[in-house]
Amino acid sequence: MSSDHIDEVSGISTTGHEWDGIRELNNPLPRWWVITFYMTIVWAIGYTIAYPAWPLLHSATKGVLGYSSRNEVKNELSAAEAAKGKYVAAIESKSVSEIAADDTLREFAVAAGAAAFKVNCVQCHGSGAQGSKGFPNLNDDDWLWGGEVDQIQQTIAHGIRFASDPATRLSEMPAFGDIITADQIKQVSTYVASLSGTVGDQSLVAPGAKVFAENCVACHGDNAKGNKELGAPDLTDAIWLYGSGEAAIAAQVTAPKQGVMPAWGARLGETKVKELAVYIHSLGGGE
Amino acid sequence: MKFGKEIVLLSLFAFAALVAAGAGVNEPFRQHMWVLFFALAGFTAILLRNTEFRPAAPIDPSAYMDGPIRYGAIATMFWGVIGMLVGVVIALQLAYPDLNIQPWFNFGRLRPLHTSGVVFAFGGNALLCTSLYVVQRTCRARLFGGDLGWFVFWGYQLFIVMAATGYLLGITESREYAEPEWYVDIWLTIVWVAYLILFLGTILKRKEPHIYVANWFYLSFIVTIAMLHVVNNLSMPASFLGSKSYSAFSGVQDALTQWWYGHNAVGFFLTAGFLGMMYYFVPKQANRPVYSYRLSIVHFWAIIFLYIWAGPHHLHYTALPDWAQTLGMVFSIMLWMPSWGGMINGLMTLSGAWDKLRTDPIIRMMVMAIAFYGMSTFEGPMMSIKTVNSLSHYTDWTIGHVHSGALGWVGMISFGALYYMVPKLWNRERLYSLRLVTWHFWLATLGIVVYASVMWVSGIMQGLMWREYDEQGFLVYSFAETVAAMHPYYIMRAIGGAMYLSGALIMAWNIAMTILGYRREEDPMPGSVPALQLAR
Repeated sequence: MSSDHIDEVSGISTTGHEWDGIRELNNPLPRWWVITFYMTIVWAIGYTIAYPAWPLLHSATKGVLGYSSRNEVKNELSAAEAAKGKYVAAIESKSVSEIAADDTLREFAVAAGAAAFKVNCVQCHGSGAQGSKGFPNLNDDDWLWGGEVDQIQQTIAHGIRFASDPATRLSEMPAFGDIITADQIKQVSTYVASLSGTVGDQSLVAPGAKVFAENCVACHGDNAKGNKELGAPDLTDAIWLYGSGEAAIAAQVTAPKQGVMPAWGARLGETKVKELAVYIHSLGGGE
Repeated sequence: MKFGKEIVLLSLFAFAALVAAGAGVNEPFRQHMWVLFFALAGFTAILLRNTEFRPAAPIDPSAYMDGPIRYGAIATMFWGVIGMLVGVVIALQLAYPDLNIQPWFNFGRLRPLHTSGVVFAFGGNALLCTSLYVVQRTCRARLFGGDLGWFVFWGYQLFIVMAATGYLLGITESREYAEPEWYVDIWLTIVWVAYLILFLGTILKRKEPHIYVANWFYLSFIVTIAMLHVVNNLSMPASFLGSKSYSAFSGVQDALTQWWYGHNAVGFFLTAGFLGMMYYFVPKQANRPVYSYRLSIVHFWAIIFLYIWAGPHHLHYTALPDWAQTLGMVFSIMLWMPSWGGMINGLMTLSGAWDKLRTDPIIRMMVMAIAFYGMSTFEGPMMSIKTVNSLSHYTDWTIGHVHSGALGWVGMISFGALYYMVPKLWNRERLYSLRLVTWHFWLATLGIVVYASVMWVSGIMQGLMWREYDEQGFLVYSFAETVAAMHPYYIMRAIGGAMYLSGALIMAWNIAMTILGYRREEDPMPGSVPALQLAR
């Protein structure tokens, strides 16, 4: 390998070949490099003895540690399930109000419900359960269908206006655009807006109150405080699902938007729904 | 008649494309064939305008054939800027989703345009032109096969255009880094075999007794990519006049074939090929002999033997059987030192020439490339360890790793090679400006550092958030919360990428001015002239 040619700078002989002016020094392999390379090979052989590695005709070597990733997952999952087991069993057998009354169970259900909420509910209600236009805020104490924990459970399990669930929450505000005149809609919208804020044209409030008494009190009540039996919202608390202001109210009176919430009972199972109900109830507005 | 055969063949193919544009069974295919028709017809028109009836001037068989290499150098720069620009665009799309313009410019279609653009268009052209440059000079032989070099160059550009436009039209096999559909794959196979014949033929007619190490690496890259490309793209078209095909493999076999391909595209395209580049251009630019012949042999064969088995580490904790995961991991670990052999040989070649780091920004670029090569070939085996992988997989850590390799190693060594090669190809005394190279060096280096470190932080954060459990055993974060947490990092990443892109734009300017024959009057690089002399 060595030749007569010596590189002047390093004093090391070259291999004697030259390509387009490039020569190659005759340096040995760096020792640390060789040793590390051998160490990785030794480690690799050891590892393949310990773990499943070498393919045979119909199977592969199993490895002396008996490791398998399927078993690893199975063991971890069953350990996790065992740890949760007694709480889950208690949640299954108790009602939501009993769960909410028991400190340990409530703590567990809130954690479980929070995790389920992040997967299933945040898409509409937001990651802080703060809601957005058309999707109620779940942190406040304004409830369309009731804020007691079993009422919340009912809403989650069967949804709202969810056609395929016979027990779903059902309310349908009529489209008053077909029932009363445009002037009346303007008046009643101004009246409703005046219940929780200031309005532009005070002269419309009195005729609006009259329209309200004739058309709206059946569901929203004499004092416009709403009716949770019917899912009729409180119109006096300045919380608006479809936007505040006279124009947004008029739009809702003329042709109401009727939001739909899916029924989660069949999809998530009763236990998950209970956990979710306890979690939602714990957010601050639970009654 | 000059270009006679070419004009006839091209117009025939253009006509066939026109027929396919009319008879195609699905809309994207018809649109794609229109693209092909206009590309071929346009090319025919250019040849027609340049044809001559005088007999061609005789070719000096001892002279090197540098025409395709000159075009290749320009194509490298052109596609590099395009590919990096698309990269910055998609980085911004991740930070600001409103920038997705439906349907052609949404993230899903632009992402393969970016990856293929930088890997195959920029990197591929860099490998193509440098390999043809190196093989001729280290074999002292003109390129084999007459005009074959031109066919390979233009055939490869046609592949790039068809692949890129196909992505934008929504035509994809959904195989990462192998997205083009069956007809584009067949075309690439033809071009690639021609490339192999061109390269091997030139080696066979060499006038040197031995084959230089750079050529081993280039040859291993060409041969292995041919094999990987053909096997991974085995598929059956749903119609020979349509853009849809179905893979020959299914389920986990399909996934393993894909990652056998995907990992070795990294191994043989982005590692072996660019090591070939390093083995020629670093000794040339440093004017020093290669550090160790023995090391070059041993690490070459070790890389070739070990790399091909490492693919399964892309499928840790999936349906892939445990034994295959184990092998993928241990082969990746054993790959560490063979990869570092290239780093040692590259860096130690500079012994006796380290002073050039102060005065020669091109050497500086090459050294930075080798440093990033060493870093990412350490990071790669580390990430293949299953416990590390369980944190890093599917996170932006992987993206950071890829970019420290791609921007740091592949990009920088290609820039260095181009800066070396361009003045020689066009017979210029020197580059237009060395100071612009320094600017490019710092912009690119800072860009990589910003990009890679931001992705490390965000990737590890992402992985930790995904696996965060509370004391009751429930997941703490929703997926949307982890996405929201990434937002600032996505912005910083786009800034890092934009810095890298602006460096490449400066380079494009520098290269263009060099080709046009300009030379910028500027002070010599600090340190290149003794201070006393300067004072006088």
